[in-house]
Amino acid sequence: MLKKIRTISAIIFLALITLLFLDFTGTIHSWFGWMAKIQFFPSLLALNFGIITFLILITLLFGRIYCSVICPLGLFQDGVSKVASKRKKNRFFFSKAMTWLRYTVLGLFVIAFIGGFGSFVAFLEPYSAFGRIVSNIFAPVYQGVNNLLALLAERVDSYAFYEKEIWIRSVATFSVAAATLAGIVILAWRGGRTYCNTLCPVGTILGVISQFSYFKHRIDVAKCNSCGLCARNCKASCIDAKSHTIDYSRCVSCFNCIEKCRKEAIRYTPGIRQEKPELQTEPEKVMVSEEQVDSSRRKMLTIAGAVLATSAIKAQEKKVDGGLAFIEDKKIPKRQTALVPAGSQSIRNFTRQCTGCQLCVSACPNNVLRPSTGLVTFMQPEMSYERGYCRPECTKCSEVCPAGAITRVSVEDKSSTQIGHAVWIEKNCVVLTDGVSCGNCARHCPAGAIVMIEKDPDGFDSAKIPVVNTERCIGCGACENLCPARPFSAIYVEGHNMHRTV
Amino acid sequence: MSDKNKNSNKLGRRGFLKILGGTAVVSSAAFAGFKPKDKERGGIALGEVPKGKMTYRTTPTTGDKVSVLGYGFMRLPTIAGNSARENGGNEIDQEAVNALTDYALEHGVNYFDTSPAYCQGRSEGALGIALSRHPRDKYFVATKLSNFAPNTWSREASIEMYHNSLKELKVDYLDYMLLHAIGLGGMDALHGRYLDNGILDFLIEERKAGRIRNLGFSYHGDIKVFDYLLSMHDEVKWDFVQIQLNYLDWNYAKEVNPTNTNASYLYDELEKRGIPSVIMEPLLGGRLAKLPDYLMGKLKQQRRDNSIASWAFRYAGSFPGVLTVLSGMTYMEHLQDNIRTYAPLEPLSEKENDLLEETAKLMIEYPLVSCTGCQYCMPCPYGIDIPSIFLHYNRCVSENNFPQSSQDENYSRARRAFLVGYDRTVPKLRQADHCIGCDQCTHHCPQAIKIPAELERIDRYAESLKQGVI
Repeated sequence: MLKKIRTISAIIFLALITLLFLDFTGTIHSWFGWMAKIQFFPSLLALNFGIITFLILITLLFGRIYCSVICPLGLFQDGVSKVASKRKKNRFFFSKAMTWLRYTVLGLFVIAFIGGFGSFVAFLEPYSAFGRIVSNIFAPVYQGVNNLLALLAERVDSYAFYEKEIWIRSVATFSVAAATLAGIVILAWRGGRTYCNTLCPVGTILGVISQFSYFKHRIDVAKCNSCGLCARNCKASCIDAKSHTIDYSRCVSCFNCIEKCRKEAIRYTPGIRQEKPELQTEPEKVMVSEEQVDSSRRKMLTIAGAVLATSAIKAQEKKVDGGLAFIEDKKIPKRQTALVPAGSQSIRNFTRQCTGCQLCVSACPNNVLRPSTGLVTFMQPEMSYERGYCRPECTKCSEVCPAGAITRVSVEDKSSTQIGHAVWIEKNCVVLTDGVSCGNCARHCPAGAIVMIEKDPDGFDSAKIPVVNTERCIGCGACENLCPARPFSAIYVEGHNMHRTV
Repeated sequence: MSDKNKNSNKLGRRGFLKILGGTAVVSSAAFAGFKPKDKERGGIALGEVPKGKMTYRTTPTTGDKVSVLGYGFMRLPTIAGNSARENGGNEIDQEAVNALTDYALEHGVNYFDTSPAYCQGRSEGALGIALSRHPRDKYFVATKLSNFAPNTWSREASIEMYHNSLKELKVDYLDYMLLHAIGLGGMDALHGRYLDNGILDFLIEERKAGRIRNLGFSYHGDIKVFDYLLSMHDEVKWDFVQIQLNYLDWNYAKEVNPTNTNASYLYDELEKRGIPSVIMEPLLGGRLAKLPDYLMGKLKQQRRDNSIASWAFRYAGSFPGVLTVLSGMTYMEHLQDNIRTYAPLEPLSEKENDLLEETAKLMIEYPLVSCTGCQYCMPCPYGIDIPSIFLHYNRCVSENNFPQSSQDENYSRARRAFLVGYDRTVPKLRQADHCIGCDQCTHHCPQAIKIPAELERIDRYAESLKQGVI
C-alpha cells in the first residue's frame, strides 16, 4: 500500500515536472509551476523559508520521502532502475556508507556556492541536472512530435497545434546534459540510487535530518527469517540484513523493502528510538565525464556576401516580378556587459541565485534566453535578441524561476525596468549603407526611447538616423531584433550590471 | 489434414474458391450491360463541360474572331504546388501548362495573354512551348513591352525585349501587342519608355509590316496618361485597350484605392471611340471569388449551381464593347468553371446587376487590402513577403477572424486563427514588423496600395493581439 501510494505520487510528479520543461506553450506553468518551486535547493536559493521548513519537517517526520516523491532526478533514477530490475531481479546488495565522499562533495558544493562558482553548483544539483537533461535532450524530441502534429493540424485546417522551431541552443550545454544523462543512467542501472547517496548534496543534507525521523522502517527481528530479500531490493543499498539494521541517512523511503518482505517483518512505524549509522568506507568509481566543447555561437555561418549584394539591389533595377530575397542570419553582437532578465535585479544576484536548471530557457517564448558558455556562468541563461526580443507583455521567466534568480515582476514593473540600453552603430545602418529611409527601430520601440533625426544638423540632409534616449530605453531588444542590417545589427543592447527603474 | 470422411459434407477451401470464382465471372458478365448512363465520374450534377459553344467577339479593325474568355498567363501552376516560398519553388509546371492550354483550345479559347515580366520572366517561354504544339492560325497570342526598369528604356534595350518575346513565344508575328501598364510612373514614364525613344513609332512600323496585327496598351494608375494616349487615337488608331473592370471597380475604384479610376469612365471612353476593351482583373485578383460568407450566401441563393466567380465573369462579359475577359486560370477547375460560364455567355439580367451593385457596396465596407497577388512589388530587398501578408490579412477579415475587442464572442478562436495562421503563411523574418518603410515597392503596385502604411497597420494589429491590448 505504501509503495503504491509512493509510486503513484512519484509518477505524477515526474510527469508534470518533465512537462514544465517541455511545454513551450506555457500553459502547464500556471497549474503546476509550484512543483518547481518546492524543490529543495531552489527554495534554499530563493530563501523560501516556508518551503524549506516544510521540507525539513516532512523529512523529520517521514525520512527522505522528498527523494522518492518530489525530486525529479530521483524519480528518473527510479524509472531507470525499474527497467534494470526487469532484466535482473534482486540485484542490489548492502554497501557501507561512503560518508567521506558525501561530506567532501557537500563541502565543495557549499564552498563553490559561497564563492560564486555557479557552474559547479549548477552542475551537481539534482533538480537543475534533471532540467538540463529534459531541456536539451527530450525537448527536441517532444517538439519534433509537436511539429508533426502541427503539420497534420494544418492539413485539416485546425489551429490546435502550431509549429515550434527546434533550436539546440548550445553544444556545450547539450554535451554536459548528455554526459549527465549517461552518468545518471549508468549509476542508476548499476546501483539504483548511487548518485543520491554519494554525490547529491541535497541527499546528504536531508540524510543528516532523516536519521532522526519519526517514522522509520523497522525490522521486527522476531518475524525476520534473514532471507535478505529486503537488502537485495533496497535501491539505496542501506539495509544490512545480517544485523537487521537500516542506515537511515541513506534510506529514501521508497517502501520497496516493505513490499518485498514476505514475513511482514519490516514495518514503517513511528518511534523515537535512534539508530546510529555505521561509518565505513568502500571504494567506488564516480564517473561523470565532463566535456566542455569549445563552441561559440559565432560559428553561425553566413552564406556568401554575393547574396548580400543581390539582396541590396534596388527595386527599380529589377526586371521581373516575384521571388523572395534571401535573408542572412543575424550574428550575436559582442556585449561588454551581459544581459540578464528583468526581475534578476543585478548580474551578481543572478549568478548567485541561478542553479542553471533551464526552466526559464524552456519557458521563454521568444527564444531570447539561452544557456551561457562562459566558464563561470556556464549553463546559466543569458539573453540575446537575434531570434526574438524580450516582449513587453511577457513575464514568463520571472513566473517560472524556482530559485529566485529571476524574481517575480508584474508587466507594469517590467516595462519600466532597465536591463540595458541600446547603442547605435553608424557603419551598419542601412540608412547610410543602402541609402534608404528606415526607422524600424524607432517604430517598434515600446518605450518610445528612439527618435529619428536628420543626420546633418543643418537639417537639409534628408537621411534620418536613430538616436537613443538612454533614460527611457529598457533594453528590450526590439530594435536589435527588427533592425534590417545583417549580419551585424546597426543597433544593439548593452547590458547593465544592476537594473534600475526608469 | 482431416480425413475425407470429415470433409464430405463440408465445403472445403477448394470448393469455396470455385463457387466464388464462378459467381464473379457470371455476375460481371450479367452486370456488364448495366452501366450508368452518365459516363462522367465527376460533375454528375453539372454535366459535361460544353464544347463548341464558346461565345466569340470580333475586332472591328482586323476582324479577328476572339473567344470572350481569354487565358491570362501571369499565375501559372508551379511544381512546388504553388507554395512558391523559396526561390527555387517557382519552377513552372510545364506539363500542367500544356494540358491546360490543350484543354482550353479544345473548348474554344483562342486568346492567350502574357508578358516578359510575368512569373519571374518565364511565362512567355512556357506559353511558347505550350502553343507551338498547335497550328499557328488556331490561336491569338498577346504580349507586352514591359520595359519598366530604367535601364531598359533605351531604344536598343526595348527593341531587344521585343525580339526576345518573339523568340520565346516561338512566333514570327504577334497578334496583339501592348504597351505595358501605362500610367504607372505617370507621364514621365510614358515619355521615357515609349515616346522619347521612338518605341511607339517602332511598334507602329511593325504593325504596318504585319509583324504586329493589333496594337494597344494596358492601363493602371495615372489617368492623365490614359487620356493622353486616347487623344492620340486619330494618329495611332489603337486596335484595343486593356483595362481593369469588375463590379467593384465599376463605381468604387476610388474606395478600393484612391488613384484608381472608375471602370465606368474607362469603358465609356473606349466605347465612344469604338475601341474594343480587353478586361483584366475581372475577379480583382481573386478577391471576388472568395466573398465573405454572408455575401456569398446571397449570390448562391439566386443561382445555386453557379460558382461565385462566375458572377464576376458574367458581369465583365456582359458589356458589349468587351472583346475578351482575361483570367489567370492556374488550375483545371478554374478553366472548366470559366468555360461553363462563357460557353455560351448568358448576360446578366438587371436584377442580377443590382444584386452585384449591392454586393460591391458591402464589400467596400470591409477593411481589405486590394492586393491582387500580382507580385510586381517583389522581391522586396529586405525580404518581406508582401503578397502573403496581405493574403493572410484579407483572408482573416473575410473569414471573420479579425476580432476588434476581447469581448467578441469568437475572440480566442479568432485570435488563434489570426496569429497561428500568420506564422503558417509567412515565415517570421518576412512578416510585416520587418518592413523598414524604404518605399521601394509602392510605385510598382498597379493597385497603388500604400504598401508600407498598410503593412504597418497590419503589424500594429498583430502586435495588439499579441500584447493582449485588444
